[in-house]
Amino acid sequence: MTTTTKPAEAVTPPPPQPSSRTPLLERLRVPGGFALGAVLLLAIAPLALSDFRLALLAKYLCYAIVAVGVSLAWGRGGLLVLGQGVFFGLGGYAMAMHLKLADAADTGEKLPDFMQLYGTGDTLPWWWEPFANPVFALAMTVILPMAVAALLGFLVFRRRVKGAYFAILSQALAAALSIWLVGQQATTGGTNGLTDMQGFFGYSLDDPVNQKMVYFVIAVVLLLLMALARQLFVSRYGELLIAVRDSEERVRFLGYNPANVKLVAYVVAAGMAGLAGALFVPAVGIISPALIGIVPSIGFVIGAAVGGRASLVGAVLGAVAVAWAQSTLSDAFPAGWTYFQGLLFVVAVGFLPGGLASLLTVARNRRKATTSSGSEVAV
Amino acid sequence: MTVILNQSFTGISIGAVLLLIALGLTLTFGQMGVINMAHGEFIMAGAYTTYVLQKSISSAGISLLVALPVAFVVAGLMGALLEWLLIRRLYTRPLDTLLVTWGVSLMLQQLARDVFGAPNVQTHAPDLLTDNVSVGGGITLANSRLFILGLALLCVLALTLILRTTPLGRRIRAVVQNRDLAEVSGIATGQVDRMTFFIGSGLAGVAGVALTLVGPIGPTMGTNYIVDAFLVVVVGGIGQLKGSVITAFALGVLQSVLEYSTTVSVAKVIVLVAIVAFLQWRPQGLYTLRTRSLA
Repeated sequence: MTTTTKPAEAVTPPPPQPSSRTPLLERLRVPGGFALGAVLLLAIAPLALSDFRLALLAKYLCYAIVAVGVSLAWGRGGLLVLGQGVFFGLGGYAMAMHLKLADAADTGEKLPDFMQLYGTGDTLPWWWEPFANPVFALAMTVILPMAVAALLGFLVFRRRVKGAYFAILSQALAAALSIWLVGQQATTGGTNGLTDMQGFFGYSLDDPVNQKMVYFVIAVVLLLLMALARQLFVSRYGELLIAVRDSEERVRFLGYNPANVKLVAYVVAAGMAGLAGALFVPAVGIISPALIGIVPSIGFVIGAAVGGRASLVGAVLGAVAVAWAQSTLSDAFPAGWTYFQGLLFVVAVGFLPGGLASLLTVARNRRKATTSSGSEVAV
Repeated sequence: MTVILNQSFTGISIGAVLLLIALGLTLTFGQMGVINMAHGEFIMAGAYTTYVLQKSISSAGISLLVALPVAFVVAGLMGALLEWLLIRRLYTRPLDTLLVTWGVSLMLQQLARDVFGAPNVQTHAPDLLTDNVSVGGGITLANSRLFILGLALLCVLALTLILRTTPLGRRIRAVVQNRDLAEVSGIATGQVDRMTFFIGSGLAGVAGVALTLVGPIGPTMGTNYIVDAFLVVVVGGIGQLKGSVITAFALGVLQSVLEYSTTVSVAKVIVLVAIVAFLQWRPQGLYTLRTRSLA
């Protein structure tokens, strides 16, 4: 075996230099896609869709905002977040409480209508009072979910409770919150939730023009959050998050604290879900325990799973597509939809773990492999 | 004092129900790392089996006794089928088993709705089990709840014996502790997985029979218990029967006593907080199975 005595540099050929200039098309892919999405959402959709369909799209886009966070925490971080309904709900209730108080103030009442109905006295519960302030309420739609996520995440990740345990705890949190909300009929509206919002920061929600404005706000927020998530993905932090997902122990040996890495992803995802919940309230006009319990919480994950959990665009499109399919199919075939939804889970997660987005990647890689030279493939 | 004692007994009987459900999960989740969300639907299958049997066997007592083994086999076969069709492809991806089996559970619920109708149905409990026993001091114990308690303890005993003394139990324990080593030692791990799933799911069927004594039978009955049962396994510790037994009764009593002093919903929240706090102290649960795996 004389080859072993050869100097190392003689054995290994120099790695092929990556071309200094990536093709123009490749460099324009992300900003171009972003611009295309913006044109679609902000110009074409409002022109092409009726008011009714645009309102539906606004609702789906709220789910898409949650999916951005799911893609971050689950797709990149490997944290199966089954309790996003909690954060969606906290954001939604914070917003709804403010809108109810504003409505009541407009009509000169001291209490929101449902409280008068249930007859719980004529004083506002102390924890409702600060929500009369619009700035406080808006801040709380994000701060409240992030604080809850930070607390649970800190306790759970610090003690290296992970994987299935974390998923089950986050699910239990969703169950506990929705059960608690149902129990507090007098102050939270109970099973009915908070509904029948009239105004949105001084604008009447009955007016289709204002409904359109709400749609634009939601679309812009979605685009901004996607840009933010994209920046996180390509940053050093994004690399670290993937590293934690794939081998937490090694990251720990390298001197990082995986608990903090996971905590950031969980908290940011919670903030996004909270914001989505807050925007859901003016768009749909209701927030109730049925929208945030275990079943919808898992529903938030299914869209991302179908579209592709690790791909931002895949997760967002998946969320919109599944929500759209649900509302069209469940109206026509209520029973059939449930079978289809179950099958969707089984097929998407079990047999296509990368979701529909992975089909695109496979196709692109195959094209690349056939166009590039054979030697490069061999290396 | 009487109230507290009565409340504690209610708690113990809640714990017994939780224990029956958690026993199967200790096998499938604790030992195999599979989060089977369809476990709740296997409970439902056991309950509907009782309902169907009662249509053909008029004596409530006999039909209940027949239902126990039949429900075990029905739910067990469903579990083995699920393992063979889906779960054996997913042993390397435990989190994904949760979502896949959730999909299965949605379909099974809808199936139950289509076959038996959406409204809840009810079975007749045998006369013997509808009575109460008074043990003095104003404390009464419902026979049905005593029966469930006995059934739960019997199942724990049977499962312990199977795991400790039978060749199958030895193989199950070997696969759990070190799958690769078991495989090279000549154990057909695939068969062991399927048998483990059969037993675990079968126990869910038995739990379903027990639940017909305390509540209505409906397509969503499994979902009401599944999260609580998972929490029992998490707190009890991986693959440890004694952990599940202690935790199930502790959570049952805690929930029931808290419910008395506050409300149902507040009690649920406090129990969850207590669980998170407990995991600060023992993140791996009450008892830990020492294995050589780094995960």
